[in-house]
Amino acid sequence: MVSLLDIIGPVMVGPSSSHTAGACRIGLLTRALCGDTPERALIELHGSFAKTGEGHGTDRALVGGLLGFEPDDGRLRDALALAEIAGMVVTFATVKLRDVHPNTARLTVERDGQKVVVVGSSLGGGRIAVCEIDGLPVDLSGEYPTLVIVAPDQPGTLAAITAELAADGVNVATVRVSRNRPGGVALHLYELDDPPEPQVVALLAELPAVRTVRLLERVS
Amino acid sequence: MFDSLAQALEAADERGVSLGTLALEKEAQRGTRTHAEVVAGLQRALHVMRDARTRGLTGDVRSVSGLVGGDARKVATSQHGPLRGTLFSEALSGALAVQEVNAAMGVIVAAPTAGAAGVLPGVLLALADRSGASEEALVRALAAAGLVGAVIAQRASLSGAEGGCQAETGSAAAMAAAAGVELLAGSTAQADAAVGLAMQGTLGLVCDPVGGFVEVPCVFRNATAASIALAGIEMGMAGVRIPIPTDEIIDAMAEIGRTMDIRYRETAGGGLAATPTGRRLARGRLGPVRGG
Repeated sequence: MVSLLDIIGPVMVGPSSSHTAGACRIGLLTRALCGDTPERALIELHGSFAKTGEGHGTDRALVGGLLGFEPDDGRLRDALALAEIAGMVVTFATVKLRDVHPNTARLTVERDGQKVVVVGSSLGGGRIAVCEIDGLPVDLSGEYPTLVIVAPDQPGTLAAITAELAADGVNVATVRVSRNRPGGVALHLYELDDPPEPQVVALLAELPAVRTVRLLERVS
Repeated sequence: MFDSLAQALEAADERGVSLGTLALEKEAQRGTRTHAEVVAGLQRALHVMRDARTRGLTGDVRSVSGLVGGDARKVATSQHGPLRGTLFSEALSGALAVQEVNAAMGVIVAAPTAGAAGVLPGVLLALADRSGASEEALVRALAAAGLVGAVIAQRASLSGAEGGCQAETGSAAAMAAAAGVELLAGSTAQADAAVGLAMQGTLGLVCDPVGGFVEVPCVFRNATAASIALAGIEMGMAGVRIPIPTDEIIDAMAEIGRTMDIRYRETAGGGLAATPTGRRLARGRLGPVRGG
């Protein structure tokens, strides 16, 4: 059901909820997956993002999101210059991706020798969907606090993780597991109703089957 | 919130409250936010609207492409127009100001969308300046506008890509009409009429942005939509009644939107975008990013 504040809102930097606010959220979610401001970012624009992105400030909004600016942050307009000051090296390119929404970008970000590749789409009204992380298909809205867990693809991992969540009283809204190949690396996404306590994240990270755990806060 | 405006008006009449008061009560009953949180959210929206208007009227505002900007100030300071110095002129300059700020990547309130963000603050703040309305009255006016927007979202659409500009600036004009009547302490019947009269005036309006950018004609169309909202308020308050119920006018907007050719739904394939000059501007001016 629609809320009054959905109609009289959101407060945002113009000019377009899909090209600016949505792009900023894709940047924010990518930043969260990276852990902090990336040292390097390759931003590849697809479809309408590539065609009309510059005039809509899509480039600045994506970079602003990577810098941690929210969609209502007036600094978005100056994000390209601010990225330079922050020491983030940004490269832009256009790309043709297959079977994705017209407003889509692929972001390859690096920090501390770690690389994350994110494909995200802006669906309109500022809503987004991340459809690929490191080449693995996902469907992530950013509307829920989300645990992103990387683990080897082996039996029992899902059970171990959900057992830990159950023991901590954490309710899971949606769960999705994908992998690069059988026995390879699996990516687990748990969308939660409420953000878990920090110790839950620490406990999950200590599970023998788990390689890395990252908590994505709600991108509102 | 409500499936129809008629349902909302009936509920308001039963309780003996205005649309805005009803909207605030209904929103708190949803349970996701308290009454205080809803009011705080609308107060923040009001604050951002005021800031955006001030910036558009006084600051050096240029859009990212350089195609629009500076016209709000022209209207606000003009000594030549027949409406100079009137509330009507202030609504026009206010709508231009906020939409110019939007095009310049400034901070605005999408109401209901970013591309139509100038209409509601243009009309509402011009009325408030003249009447010295209290903050509470302005919050109620925004809530009334939000209720109308929610009904339109439910029955039709608020997206130019789905329903053309009638769904964006048209919906914003209908919302501004409700806000205006609320601020003028009009009856629910007057609010109903003002919303319907504003909405009918924008039926069929296409979304044809040059180059696909929220600039031309969007900035100007926010001002013309503000004038339609004021016409709706003036007629509605005077007791003018359109014999088609407002909900049916909204349904007509939905029907027109559904059958509107794709060229007229934000794709820049028709209308002003497809004029020789529109195409030339899209090629020439909108290539490299100007300014900073």
